[in-house]
Amino acid sequence: MTHFDTEEERLERQTDEGKQELRHASRTREVVLTGGGMWPEDELGDTMIINMGPQHPSTHGVLRLMMELDGEDVLLIKPVIGYLHTGMEKTGEELTYVQGTTNVTRMDYASNFSNELVYSQAVEKLLDVDTQIPPRARWIRMMMCELGRMASHLLFQATNGMDMGAVSMLLYGWREREECLRLFEYVTGLRMNCNYIRPGGVVADLPDGWEDRVLEVCDVVEAGVRDYDEMLSQNPIWRERTVGIGVITTEECLERSITGPILRSTGFAWDLRKSQPSLPYDEVDFDVIYTSNGDVFDRYRIRLWEILESAKIVRQCVEKMPPGDFRVQDKKITPPPRARIDESMEALIHHFKLFTEGFKVPPGETYVTVESPRGEIGCYMVSDGSGKPVRMHIRGPSFYNLQSIDVMGTNSLVADAVAIVSSIDPIMGEVDR
Amino acid sequence: MADNNAREEDHEGGPIADEPIADEVAAAIVEKFPGSIAADSHGQAVVYVDRAVLADVARFLRDEQEFTMCVDVSAVDHLLTGTRHRPPGVDPERFEIVVNFLSHPRNRRVRVICQVPATDLTVPSLTGVYVGTNFAERETFDLYGITFDGHPDLTRILMPDDWRGFPLRKDDAPGRVPVTFKGDPSPR
Repeated sequence: MTHFDTEEERLERQTDEGKQELRHASRTREVVLTGGGMWPEDELGDTMIINMGPQHPSTHGVLRLMMELDGEDVLLIKPVIGYLHTGMEKTGEELTYVQGTTNVTRMDYASNFSNELVYSQAVEKLLDVDTQIPPRARWIRMMMCELGRMASHLLFQATNGMDMGAVSMLLYGWREREECLRLFEYVTGLRMNCNYIRPGGVVADLPDGWEDRVLEVCDVVEAGVRDYDEMLSQNPIWRERTVGIGVITTEECLERSITGPILRSTGFAWDLRKSQPSLPYDEVDFDVIYTSNGDVFDRYRIRLWEILESAKIVRQCVEKMPPGDFRVQDKKITPPPRARIDESMEALIHHFKLFTEGFKVPPGETYVTVESPRGEIGCYMVSDGSGKPVRMHIRGPSFYNLQSIDVMGTNSLVADAVAIVSSIDPIMGEVDR
Repeated sequence: MADNNAREEDHEGGPIADEPIADEVAAAIVEKFPGSIAADSHGQAVVYVDRAVLADVARFLRDEQEFTMCVDVSAVDHLLTGTRHRPPGVDPERFEIVVNFLSHPRNRRVRVICQVPATDLTVPSLTGVYVGTNFAERETFDLYGITFDGHPDLTRILMPDDWRGFPLRKDDAPGRVPVTFKGDPSPR
């Protein structure tokens, strides 16, 4: 810490971050120089502005919350984001359409399949091959997305429990999520950032014996969820911390573009898997979970039950998985099988061209959406006929959900603010992109 | 390139003006706001409107067309775009503001796009109609330098406060700015 001779000098050298205002100009006050004495009381009362984060264990990464406190009461919350901004949308403009999924899978790193899916579907729509995707590819995509939703909600259960002080939940949630990640490694080769769903289908067919592995994971996760329910849902300490905290109404959700479990917790049953399905969700039987209180407890409950619904979908996928191709047989966008490369010169050329300069996409623009574990994830893509997108914008659900923390968190306690951040389930990689 | 020209003709030769607009919401916007141009982009309804009426269009959609949510606000920089996709009648400018609306009761979407010239980078803010566009407009301002008139708190959101330039513009090269950290005395 640098030492400054006078307070004026210190203020002059202060970084810009310190000057950010919480309130509108009418409520800010001039800086009072105390000369080392007591801080004088002012007409606003003894309020105090503190920063929670960006390095705070309960902020799920690098979220900074500016909070105006009156004792233990939170008068105002303002989220300050951008600490994980890595320019992924700019990077997306530099990568070919083949490479693009590698980039987007790192945005929402807890549910990477949704990101890959929304990117791939945008490219497919621009290529006009979205109706030609083989059924098996669509079912594999649906199964992997649902397994991803289970893993993501298990991560939520683990971190949410830890934030509330139920530290053992962290271990239990991680234990079940680990089974999901092992399955991802078995199917895709990677535990996270799988880069499995690509434009045209998926990168590889499911490995031998996948049915048993998937069903085993479902068994383990369902047993785990029943344990969590038993451990937490009727637990008086847990209910004390969550019931009636961070309440938000449907109207506030709609005008603030909140989607996903937070919207459903207010009694508004909206799920893109039912209303605008882009995968064969209409061929499987599942329920949209919604509750009516809009508080932290309901968001916890919805995510808990959604794990079971996802397991239900995954079981039906195992049962109904159609045979056939796992990617569209369009030589322009699909690389040839590895075995063909050894025997065919054309296949080698195709493979080389596809992975060096990629394929060209006709000019156009489109916006496609998918229900990710956090809400509506969208991809707005503009192409100009070249091999790289002009614009690749991802509408991250956490980005929109997080901005309304002021509605949920105002007039709560500091400990509740932690619970509310946790219940929003923000993934900062997606918020800042 | 001959290939590109052929594609351009395909797109410029799109729907004839007299043809009825397939999407009823797009038709309603065109009727209410003369000068708007409706288009169909891969089966999705798109309306190109004048940027002066952007907030009015949003209010019209919310109050009279049951569009309950403004899903997304973003922008596009067309400085280096090769073959640009646009329906006939739209006067292209360098920037585009793209707003996506969603109606829950009617279960449909509409996309509103307005052109923003590089000489006057202002559009009306939608925060007065849909509060949720606050962060999205800040992000667009931060990354493109487009000002939203009437926004309550138009400050940088993702980039540092003292950042110069607008990173998502096509003439802003990512490798141009040397990486420094605050308080770092090195002359890098």
